[in-house]
Amino acid sequence: MNIRGIFPALVIVGFILAIWTVAVIPMNAHLAADQSQRDGIVVTPDAARDRQAYLGLTLVLKNPAIIPMTYALARPRLPSPHQVAIEMYETIFTKPPTSRRSLVYHAWVTLSATLLGFVIGTSLGVMLAVGIVYNRTMDKSVMPWAITSQTIPILALAPMIIVMLGSIGIQGLLPKSIISAYLSFFPVVVGMVKGLRSPDGMQLDLLRTYSANANQGFWKLRLPASMPYLFASLKIGISAALVGAIVGELPTGARAGFGARILVGDQYGPLMILWAALFGAALTAAALVGIVTLIERSTLRRMGMAGTS
Amino acid sequence: MNSIIDPVISARNLDLTFETNDGPVHALKDVSLDINKGDFVSFIGPSGCGKTTFLRCIAGLETPTAGEISVNGMSPDEARRARAYGYVFQAAGLYPWRTIGGNIRLPLEIMGFSKAEQAERVSRVMDLVDLDGFKNKFPWQLSGGMQQRASIARALAFDADILLMDEPFGALDEIVRDHLNEQLLKLWARTEKTIGFVTHSIPEAVYLSTKIVVMSPRPGRITDVIDSPLPKERPLDIRDSPEFIEIAHRVRDGLRAGHVDD
Repeated sequence: MNIRGIFPALVIVGFILAIWTVAVIPMNAHLAADQSQRDGIVVTPDAARDRQAYLGLTLVLKNPAIIPMTYALARPRLPSPHQVAIEMYETIFTKPPTSRRSLVYHAWVTLSATLLGFVIGTSLGVMLAVGIVYNRTMDKSVMPWAITSQTIPILALAPMIIVMLGSIGIQGLLPKSIISAYLSFFPVVVGMVKGLRSPDGMQLDLLRTYSANANQGFWKLRLPASMPYLFASLKIGISAALVGAIVGELPTGARAGFGARILVGDQYGPLMILWAALFGAALTAAALVGIVTLIERSTLRRMGMAGTS
Repeated sequence: MNSIIDPVISARNLDLTFETNDGPVHALKDVSLDINKGDFVSFIGPSGCGKTTFLRCIAGLETPTAGEISVNGMSPDEARRARAYGYVFQAAGLYPWRTIGGNIRLPLEIMGFSKAEQAERVSRVMDLVDLDGFKNKFPWQLSGGMQQRASIARALAFDADILLMDEPFGALDEIVRDHLNEQLLKLWARTEKTIGFVTHSIPEAVYLSTKIVVMSPRPGRITDVIDSPLPKERPLDIRDSPEFIEIAHRVRDGLRAGHVDD
């Protein structure tokens, strides 16, 4: 991506940060009023109970003095961008990556499940696609099930998978990876079926005039023709795999991973932890998609198809 | 059939009906034709006259519903397995992920030629179509005419005696087409192949062919077979000669006769 490509993205990011920063004030108004009162600032109305009747915005307009406090709360309702940034800086750079308090440690836990799940899901997706394209029975039977599988809310399914696998002694990385695979195989199936079927009648006829067998048709025509479709699917698949791994960490009360940090931040800790985990997950997803895009570019360029996707 | 040489391609009372949603379509009706070794045969007619279908029957890509067809004395399927023909489609259909050399190598890989023989054959046929030097280019780096030449080289690579061409220059502009027609004649003279050539251009058919098969639609059938008296050596300006114009005239009459219904 060049500078001109980055600039519009930066404008959007700046815009979102501005909205966020402004929203912190009314969102944290009540908590800030309570804290300011404890610190000896006069707040109207005086009683915390009476203040509940007011909207955050109204309260701030009545008491402009509490505005600085909305950005300085230890446990805000909405942390400000700089608080999240500090939390991320501290948990990424000041803690050793082996520490449970390091975001890098939690990122690795989720990432390892993501990558394993992505590999399983992609392999499964490609195999199913080949089956669907080459076998009429599979064509009629597998696709409806693949589509149905994606209509079941993963939040409902994830605990069942974790508990069932746990009951037969499978714990840790694999159950999360299976949920990752469950989410990531689908785009790969859809993309690969379309890709393997992309050669037109003329290209298939050409192979017939050479009396090529099905094997040769696969390796020399269908598979290379499907590559642009595969990479488009892999980009969706890898971010779905990350979501799957995080969702897999939620129901088990996992003690590590982005999912665990989200739970901890939500239920016990300061919300900064949750937000830091969310941004960590977003950055990880962006990095993963970025890596797939780089592999896509170099592969398609080597295949002489750089201009076609 | 007491001719001294047996025809390379022989069709007897060929019928082909496609079942479509709008009812049966009679693509070929009672088509009989002999093509001798070294002939350059053009099939000309309006769309729907079955010229492409007939070519596909020769190649075994379609199976006639009735009648007999033999290629080199074999059924089309057997002939294909014996690598009797190379087929050139309307579009070059080069694989975008293969270089020009790689595309021409494709049939050789499939047919199991040795690596050394593949390389030798690729450079020989690329020379034959004047594409040497483009071996490592990708298709998108070549013009449409050059791509079509590469696809002809691909069809020539495995030394089939018969070359079947389905409107190979239909998508190209007239100047490129003239040039390729000239080259094709030279190629034909050098390789002594038997060529079946589908076209809808009268000058192209007359310029190239030793035999012109005029066809008409609904049902697809042969209305006239013209043996060209033109010499084998044909400069482009032969198209201004009285003989040329006379044959073109006869082709046009044949096309018109088959067209009375619309």
